[in-house]
Amino acid sequence: MSAPDYDPKQVSLLDAAQLDAARQQGEAAFAAAADLDQLAAARTAHLGGSAHVNLANREIGVLPPAAKGDAGRRVNELRAALEQAHQQRKVQLEDERDARVLVEERVDVSLPPGAVLQGARHPLTTIQERIADVFVAMGWEVAEGPEVEHEWFNFDALNMPADHPAREMQDTLWVAPAGSQVVLRTQTSPVQIRSLLARGLPCYVVAPGRVFRNDALDATHSPVFGQVEGLCVDEGITMAHLRGTLEAYAAAMFGSRLASRLRPSYFPFTEPSAELDIQCFACLGSGAACRVCSSEGWIEIGGCGMVNPAVLVACGVDPERYSGFAFGMGLDRTLMFRHGITDIRDLYEGDQRFTLAFGMEA
Amino acid sequence: MRVPLSWLRELVPGLTSASAEISAALIRAGLEVEQVHAFGHDISGVVVGRVLEIEELTGHKKPIRFCRVDVGDQVRDVVCGATNFEVGALVPFALPGASLPGGFQIATRQTYGRTSDGMICSEAELGLGDSSAGILVLPDDSPLGADVVGLLQLAEEVLDIAITPDRGYTLSIRGVAREAATAFGLALSDPGLAVVEPATGGHEVRLLDPGCDRYVAATVSGAQPAATSPLWLRRRLLLAGMRPISLAVDVTNHVMLELGQPLHAFDLGALQGPVAVRRAQPGERLTTLDGQDRALDPDDLVITDDRGPVALAGVMGGAATEISTATTRILIESAHFDPSSITRAARRHKLPSEASKRYERGVDPGLGPVAAARAVAMLIQLGGATAGPVTDVDLRAPAPAIRFPLDRPGRVAGRSFAPDVVRQRLLDVGCQLEGDDPVLVTPPSWRPDLRGPADLVEEVIRLEGYDTVPVLLPKAPAGRGLTEEQRLRRTASRSLAATGLVEVVTPPFVADGVIEALGLGEHKPPRVLNPLSEQESLLRPSLLPGLLVALQRNVGRGLADVAIFETGSVFRGLGEPVPAVPKTSQRPSDEELAGLDAALPAQPRHAALALCGRRGNHPAEAADAVEVLLSLASALGVELTVGRGDDAPWHPGRCARLLLSDVVIGTAGELHPRVVSALDLPPRTVVGQIDLDALVAAAPGPVPAPVVSPYPPSSVDVALVVAEEVLSADVQRSLRAGAGDLLEQIRLFDVFSGPQVGEGSKSLAYNLRFRAPDRTLTDGEVLAARDAAVARAAAEHGAALRG
Repeated sequence: MSAPDYDPKQVSLLDAAQLDAARQQGEAAFAAAADLDQLAAARTAHLGGSAHVNLANREIGVLPPAAKGDAGRRVNELRAALEQAHQQRKVQLEDERDARVLVEERVDVSLPPGAVLQGARHPLTTIQERIADVFVAMGWEVAEGPEVEHEWFNFDALNMPADHPAREMQDTLWVAPAGSQVVLRTQTSPVQIRSLLARGLPCYVVAPGRVFRNDALDATHSPVFGQVEGLCVDEGITMAHLRGTLEAYAAAMFGSRLASRLRPSYFPFTEPSAELDIQCFACLGSGAACRVCSSEGWIEIGGCGMVNPAVLVACGVDPERYSGFAFGMGLDRTLMFRHGITDIRDLYEGDQRFTLAFGMEA
Repeated sequence: MRVPLSWLRELVPGLTSASAEISAALIRAGLEVEQVHAFGHDISGVVVGRVLEIEELTGHKKPIRFCRVDVGDQVRDVVCGATNFEVGALVPFALPGASLPGGFQIATRQTYGRTSDGMICSEAELGLGDSSAGILVLPDDSPLGADVVGLLQLAEEVLDIAITPDRGYTLSIRGVAREAATAFGLALSDPGLAVVEPATGGHEVRLLDPGCDRYVAATVSGAQPAATSPLWLRRRLLLAGMRPISLAVDVTNHVMLELGQPLHAFDLGALQGPVAVRRAQPGERLTTLDGQDRALDPDDLVITDDRGPVALAGVMGGAATEISTATTRILIESAHFDPSSITRAARRHKLPSEASKRYERGVDPGLGPVAAARAVAMLIQLGGATAGPVTDVDLRAPAPAIRFPLDRPGRVAGRSFAPDVVRQRLLDVGCQLEGDDPVLVTPPSWRPDLRGPADLVEEVIRLEGYDTVPVLLPKAPAGRGLTEEQRLRRTASRSLAATGLVEVVTPPFVADGVIEALGLGEHKPPRVLNPLSEQESLLRPSLLPGLLVALQRNVGRGLADVAIFETGSVFRGLGEPVPAVPKTSQRPSDEELAGLDAALPAQPRHAALALCGRRGNHPAEAADAVEVLLSLASALGVELTVGRGDDAPWHPGRCARLLLSDVVIGTAGELHPRVVSALDLPPRTVVGQIDLDALVAAAPGPVPAPVVSPYPPSSVDVALVVAEEVLSADVQRSLRAGAGDLLEQIRLFDVFSGPQVGEGSKSLAYNLRFRAPDRTLTDGEVLAARDAAVARAAAEHGAALRG
């Protein structure tokens, strides 16, 4: 074995014992670092430009080619060991810091900042939109008419000539002076007339709105209340279509668990005419000692029927070719069922607390 | 209509079903049975007794009798306070343990020093009337010891039916019986179809007006004025909801209830000359049965004799010809009057009556002779009268037949009905049928509501049952969804709620005083002719009155911070009525329709808000209302400008106008302090309103997309000093206009007034953000734009750049 062809002193830093010592010192320094600043200083000392590992690296150059590979491998092992020790400690210290600082930054996230004010929409508004959407989804459109209406639209064209006892069914509020021919509409049905006159055929419209009667305000009556009118006039429309449409409406508004029934009744503008009853939501139709439906098992929610040919004639529609059905449902009653409202006055008193409960979409 | 079931069963002998089943069947046929009243089911232990001995007890404040009564199987002692019976009389005797109406229990008790072992009952005590003089003396043939409940048929159920205006015939036992018989498939014994002897030479009757096309005048003589109605008659009337009065009146009411034909009984002795029917003449008066002296209207249909009106036809009789305690000769009127004439007269004189109720809905014109004959027979039987001659003037036009294809009900119902079924249902209704198909249908005289095929269709479908109609969804053509206006109104509602306002819905009725206090009179609110409350008879010309009432209510309920809004129609002015309302036999012309609309008030939709107390972290102020309305407009894509206003009912220094181009469509601010105090509102109440229709109409439609520049912005601040009265919105508008297209955003970030800026001035500090779409701006470009902006503000508002 020949002597080495270089000066061992020049490469003492590559000595295995020295490399091992540098690793131990570095690992100890990283482990001892109490915070991220100390860790950064220790990194400069043990992994920086003048750290042992980098000085040793420079000495590899003077080694004969045969020895370089081995020396390089040992230096790289040292660097990897130190990097790993540093990284390990860094993660540890960052976790400790985050745990401390983020806890210190804790706030009461439930405190109201005060910028956003809470508003709400009235259930009479949102139910009208909801009903309109049910019908729009079936291809119908939403029609409108004035609240203060000419008696021709509110009565005459609906087959209720002057002195007709049906006019007495509704306590009409008239607009002064006597003989003005103007009423606060007693029903949304005049919108039927306006729709037929303005839209042409076929006509599938729904018209939610406010109506007025000379009824004193109490828990179950209001002089102002909401109604939704529906009108379908087309070729070949039958009472079966009326039933189908009302069942779809009832299912959308009350769910399909409640049955509905048509009961013969009378309205001058429909023939045949019917009342739509829905099974009582409280007793589910059992009728057993139920205060909601007076133990009848059914609750009346509106009137309907096949459009009287006289109405079609007044609108210039040929009743031999076209037929149709119409309905008018009470919105207030519908709301009372949907939300368990027991006093109708709550709808019209304007108490903020009442509306707020319903949010934006009831 | 109240229908005692026993009466109904008399006309439908096979009807044995229980009341609940009968109700359900009638409801299914379209008679709305609202309630079933039960009477007498709570009575038990009352038997027929014979009075054996009467001992008058003396020394008491009122006459008291001690009686021995044979109740069949034993004899009982009883104390009784009535004196209207003799030894041998048959009486209802309540045994100890008996129950009487209202849960009254009978027991043996000591009274007036004797043992009373039961009770002798009066009619009232048996639930047969409100009051009664003395005890009820039973007919001599009543079986001793028999149960009185069964004997007098005290247990009774009464159907209470709400009658729709088209079914006048069901305002009678006869009409309801027909429906019940049809529903159960039973035979009907219709007293209205009884055969009556032809009338001959009675009291002369002249029909002078088409308002009466049939008039039967039957006469009786020898009626005993003292005759009273028997118990069964009085009982029936009470059960049917009418009060017994006298035999003659009770008989007419009984016939009316059973057949539906109102009758009127005249004192024949008080009539002079022929009876005539005509319209009243101007100036004529009539004292009616209720003692009221009434001025008659020339439209009133009246019955007259030689001296003038003696009755208001179909509504109420006259006092001068009323049956008195001396009347022995009676003229029974059984007539048919035009429904509209009676409706108008009853309304005009505010005299709704059982008679007018029936005439308004149409009385069977075929009933006249039958009803009169029935009344005469009862007066003979119960009042000892003798029948006199009868007059029957019949000017009826023959009922037109309806051509009716037998498949028509099926085409309406969406299912088929066998021709035989259709025929049978029409026969059930009482129609006469001729021919095969189409069949010629003559509706029965009691169904004036059956005028055309549609009416017959309803009869067939209703009697077969609406529940037999199939369920099918119509196939609507493709719809267009909500209109743009409808969408935007929804957006408006959501926007208002999203700015922290709570929606309310208020009634549209306003008091004169409120209109005056708010200075809204110029809008000419229409007035309701027959208001719910005389105090609130105007229709709202603005949403503010209703909102302020709601605001007050909230404050009154302890809610200091109120923020509410409403959207809805307001009403202003009123047009001219059209000279002639269009006919309904054809579509009105466009001119006619325009005329109808022109008669209506303007009814724009408004949105309005009211605030008081705190709004977020500061007291509600005028600017809050302005901000809400501006953000509402911007939600709809509309830019409004803000100007100063001095409109009622606002505080002149704290009122903003919201302009669309240069048209004012909204106003907002603090209420005038005098309005606040006049209406007793919280101080500094803030309100705003806007014409929602105008706002929606101004929405721009499809929005052109902006070009979003990727180049860096340049930001500059300027502080401007302007006079105190200058609106910041105006300064901002000038800056924006002067800065030109490079200005991307402008923001007011500081308002300052004080010695530094001088008396009567204020400093407004704005941040201007500039950006070009295609390049990075140079400092020179930015400064030039800033200078141009400031120059514009200086020129238009005297703004000076601050230090």
